[in-house]
Amino acid sequence: MIKQIAVFLENREGRVSECCKVLKDAGINLRSMSIADTKDFGILRIITDDNELALSALKTAGFLSSLVELVAIEVPDKSGALADLLIALYEGSVNIEYMYSFAGANGHAQIGFKTTSPEKAVALLEQCGAKLI
Amino acid sequence: MIYDKKIETMSRADMRALQLTRLKEIVKYAYENVPFYKKKYDEAGVKPSDIQTLEDIQKLPFVTKADLRENYPYGMLSVPLSKISRIHASSGTSGKPTVVAYTDEDMEVWTECVARLVVAGGGRSDDIVQICFGYGLFTGALGLHQGWERVGAAVIPASVGNTERQIMLMKDLQTTALVSTPSYALHIAEEMERLGYKPEDFKLRVGMFGSEASSEEMHKEIARKLHVLPTDNYGLSELIGPGVSGECEHKCGMHINEDHFYAEILSPEDFSPLGEGEYGELVLTSLTKKSMPMIRYRTKDITKIDYSPCACGRTTARMAKLKGRTDDMLVVKGVNVFPSQIEGVLLSFKEIGGSYEIVVTREDYKDKLEVRVELVDDSIVGDYGKLEKLSADIRHALKTVLQIDVKLSILEHKSLKRYEGKAKRVIDLRKY
Repeated sequence: MIKQIAVFLENREGRVSECCKVLKDAGINLRSMSIADTKDFGILRIITDDNELALSALKTAGFLSSLVELVAIEVPDKSGALADLLIALYEGSVNIEYMYSFAGANGHAQIGFKTTSPEKAVALLEQCGAKLI
Repeated sequence: MIYDKKIETMSRADMRALQLTRLKEIVKYAYENVPFYKKKYDEAGVKPSDIQTLEDIQKLPFVTKADLRENYPYGMLSVPLSKISRIHASSGTSGKPTVVAYTDEDMEVWTECVARLVVAGGGRSDDIVQICFGYGLFTGALGLHQGWERVGAAVIPASVGNTERQIMLMKDLQTTALVSTPSYALHIAEEMERLGYKPEDFKLRVGMFGSEASSEEMHKEIARKLHVLPTDNYGLSELIGPGVSGECEHKCGMHINEDHFYAEILSPEDFSPLGEGEYGELVLTSLTKKSMPMIRYRTKDITKIDYSPCACGRTTARMAKLKGRTDDMLVVKGVNVFPSQIEGVLLSFKEIGGSYEIVVTREDYKDKLEVRVELVDDSIVGDYGKLEKLSADIRHALKTVLQIDVKLSILEHKSLKRYEGKAKRVIDLRKY
C-alpha cells in the first residue's frame, strides 16, 4: 500500500501551478500526478517523496487535501502482465475506482489503484504472485 | 372596453365610500374570526370600532410573510376548512411554503378581478390564449386561466417548458394571446427567430405579463418581436394571486382593483404614509377576502400610485412598475427566491462552509441561478464519489425548497470574498 495526496481544486486558471509551487517551495519531489476533473471542480492526485511534509505544506497554503491509501504493485515489463492481474481482481469482485501508473525508483512501471476493498485486493494479488509495494 | 364599468369607472368619492364600508366590515370580520388578528389588535390596543375613516387604517398593525409562516398552514383561516374550495401556496422565506386558501366567494372575486385585467390588457371572448405559467400550487397559472375563461376566451393550459413545442402550439392552434413572464416571452421570440419564423407567421396580438418585474424597454422589444400589445399585471398569492392590478392599453400604470384591495404607500424608513406619486412600500389590504383576510399586508414591493383618471376611462388608481424591494427577495424564472431559503439549505451541510454567493444571470432571456459554496471538509477530498454525492445532495435540497434548478459551484475554502460588515451574498447580473 502506498499513500497518495488528493487535493481539491476549483475550476480556476492557475490553480494547478499554484499547487505545484507550494510543493516546490517545500522542497518536495513529485513522483506522480494525475487529475480527475469535472466541469465544476477537479481532484489532483499526487504521490511525493514526503507525503506528510507535502500535506502540511498544502494545508498551510489553504489547499483542501487529504491522504488516501492506494494498493500499488510493480508490473513486469511484458505484454499482458497487467491484464492478468486485473482479471484476477475482477473475478474476485474487487472494484477499482481509479488507477494510474508511475515510475518506481528502479525504473519499473508501478500501478496504484483506489478500491473499496483493499485487503481483498492485496490478498488476491499476493495469490497471483504480484509484487506489492 | 371595460369589463365592469360600474366599478372601474366609479367616482373617487364613491370608491372611497365603498372601500370604507368594506374596510370596517373586514376588520370586524377578521377580529371576530381569526385569533391571530384578535390577539394582534388587542395587543396594539385597537378595536374594529376605531376604524371610522380610511385613514384610520394606520392605527392597525401590519401583517408580514413571517406571520403567515408562523401560522402555517391554516392558522390565518377565518372559516372552517369545510368552506375552503381551493388551496395554493407560494415559496416561503424558509423551508415551508406560504399557504393561501379560497372560499367559493373568494374564487368568484378572484376570477372577476383577473377578468377585468384581461379585458383591460386587450383580451376578448374570441381570443385563444396560451398560458405559459407553471400549473400547480403557483397562483399565476390558474388565476389567469380562470380570468380568461370568464371573459369567454379559449384557454390553452400550455404550462411551462419545451419552448419549441410551445411555439408549435402557438402556430398550429392560432394562439392570439400569450400569458407568461416577460422574460419567457422574449425567450419564445428568440426561439421563433432561430427556427426561422417571422411574427407574421403567428396570430398573436395580446401579451399579458406578470410574476416578475419588467422594464419598458423589455416591453418594446416584446412588442417588436412578437407583434403583441404587452401589458403588465401584478398580484401576490397572500392577497389573492394575480388580479390585484394590471395595465390597460394606455400602459400608464397598473389599475388596482380597488373595490377589493386597498393600497397604501408607506415610507420604508418609518412607515409614515407618503403622498400621491411618491415611491414607497406598497401595503395592501384585502377588503373582501373571506377565507384569509389580509389587513395591511406588507408587500415589500416599491412603487407609487397615481389617482388621476386614465385615458381609458377607468378611474381606479394606477400603481407604477415595481421599482424594487425593501427586502432581499429575488424573482428567478418568475419564482420568488429568498436568500434565507438558500442559506437554510446550505447550513444543513457540514461539509461546506458558512460563506456562499448567489449569482443570478440571464442568458437567452432565461434566468439562471448559481449558488457558490466553499468546501471545508478535508476528509472527503480523497473520495470522488462522496464529492459528487455532496454536490447532487445540495442541488436536490435546493431544488426541493426553491422549486427551480440551481447550478452549484463547489469552490475551494476561502475563495469567496469575505466581508467585514454585512456580507454581499447576492449578485444579480441581469440587465433588466
